[in-house]
Amino acid sequence: MANPLPSDSVGVVIPDTLQFDEPLTLDCGRTLNSYELIYETYGTLNEARSNAILICHALSGDHHAAGYHSIEDRKPGWWESAIGPGKPIDTNRFFVVSLNNLGGCKGSTGPNTINPATNKQWGPDFPIVTVRDWVESQARLSDRLNIDRWCAIIGGSLGGMQVMQWAIDYPERIDHAVIIASAPNLTAQNIGFNEVVRQALRTDPNFHDGHYYEHETVPSGGMKIARMLGHITYLSDDAMRAKFGRELREERIQYGYDVDFQVESYLRYQGESFVNKFDANTYLLMTKSLDYFDPADKHGGNLSEALKGVTSKFLVISFTSDWRFSPERSREIVKALVDNDKTVSYAEIEANHGHDAFLIPIPRYLEIFDAYMKRVADKIEEIDA
Amino acid sequence: MSLLRPDLDIISEWIAPNSRVLDLGCGDGTLLDSLQRQRNVDGYGLEIDPDNIEACIKKGVNVIQSDLDAGLSDYFNDESFDYVVMTQTLQAMNYPSRLLKEMLRVGKEGIVTFPNFGHWKSRLQIAIGGHMPVSRSLPNEWFNTPNIHLCTLNDFETLCERLDIVILERQVVDVSHRNRFIMNLWPNLLGEIAIYRFKCGVTI
Repeated sequence: MANPLPSDSVGVVIPDTLQFDEPLTLDCGRTLNSYELIYETYGTLNEARSNAILICHALSGDHHAAGYHSIEDRKPGWWESAIGPGKPIDTNRFFVVSLNNLGGCKGSTGPNTINPATNKQWGPDFPIVTVRDWVESQARLSDRLNIDRWCAIIGGSLGGMQVMQWAIDYPERIDHAVIIASAPNLTAQNIGFNEVVRQALRTDPNFHDGHYYEHETVPSGGMKIARMLGHITYLSDDAMRAKFGRELREERIQYGYDVDFQVESYLRYQGESFVNKFDANTYLLMTKSLDYFDPADKHGGNLSEALKGVTSKFLVISFTSDWRFSPERSREIVKALVDNDKTVSYAEIEANHGHDAFLIPIPRYLEIFDAYMKRVADKIEEIDA
Repeated sequence: MSLLRPDLDIISEWIAPNSRVLDLGCGDGTLLDSLQRQRNVDGYGLEIDPDNIEACIKKGVNVIQSDLDAGLSDYFNDESFDYVVMTQTLQAMNYPSRLLKEMLRVGKEGIVTFPNFGHWKSRLQIAIGGHMPVSRSLPNEWFNTPNIHLCTLNDFETLCERLDIVILERQVVDVSHRNRFIMNLWPNLLGEIAIYRFKCGVTI
């Protein structure tokens, strides 16, 4: 018999899917005539429909942010540390919606779903969707769920970019924007890492220009390398040193090209386990979406201008050892908000976990997150009463 | 500390309603919280200590985690605040004079409070006791004090003169009570905590 699920978990959740038939014109100029979005919800929507929180996922995330799909599930959703009863995103108080973004590979319309025009999987023909496109599709999801206004929209990394875009595009629909380990755009170094990922995928002999489904194969070598690179850059030097040091897998070095060090073994394992969990075309699309995000671009590179019209309140959080989305980048967001006299608080969490920190239950991080969310919930309940 | 400290009380009176305030080293957000409620002030606090960040967030005070010694240029444009306040923090800074100038770059007026090292008890402890003063306003010993740049009222005023800073108002209080009349006669001797409001001098 499976172990009982932890009491601070939302428990077993079943995803829902909604079909959208109103065409969505994308930034790239192409139009999706119809599409599906898969999502999960946790907690209960109050009568005033004022306690809804939208979760935006990052690069390899999906709609399964919390809870378990069955009691046999070994692993909960990707943000179990922050979502659940009594947690910062307290499902006793909030109604939480988490979706898989367009172009994803976990049930929403994306490269691995059927293109109705051809009756074949979209593959590389799936249009590149941007953060703005996602926000548009999420706004339509909000309409269908009858949620006029989110009390908070929350996301880390690429998810934080969506939160920022929401605040810009739909100021009247968001009360609180929580942006964690994110940036106003990617640095050249970050775009560089993404390009290495893309090259690893695209040069894999099994990639077949993205048509690998038809060849019933996956570019597993490329996926592995891409994930390994990702893993290294999402951790910090310190974290890797602490976790592996120069520890050997066997007693002594082997003078060969197989695994000598534990870190190699770990990275290979991470790479391999990713191959069957994720889709290469989605991976490519997500990296491009990251690269393209730059709300200041329309304003001559001036982020303060881009954020002029936002009306939500902001909580911005960064982590000291995160070098892919460094505290400096979060400070740029904070500065642009301060320039406009917006309501913002900023915490820089001391953590050695690198970019991954936003998914890790670091006490100080969760305390600050929790303090903020409690105020949000208190306010809603005060108005309700 | 739940009661408004005496220095904070005086500062509240000095700050015009509806103004924009930056509080450097805002602690648990007590001052900004009370200014927001009583004076409809808006603004931000800067703080480095994570416990205080949490306390500010709990109060609904805008707080930005940052190191004051790193300066204010990361966030704040020239003259973007009506007041820049720094309570009981100046003496713990690595570069107090640089920070004073920064305060007046960012704000139209500055307000600081600091423990007066010229208070008679401090003087006595050095002169008679022969040791670094430990008092209600300076509770730490020399080896564990964060207060690395202590000064007297006279010292502060000399520095202001040098930096072309014009002092608009001065008050002295003791740590438990408000200002007593006699303190105004010999502020540098009898004031435990000094409170100044100042602005940039007009350069000719």
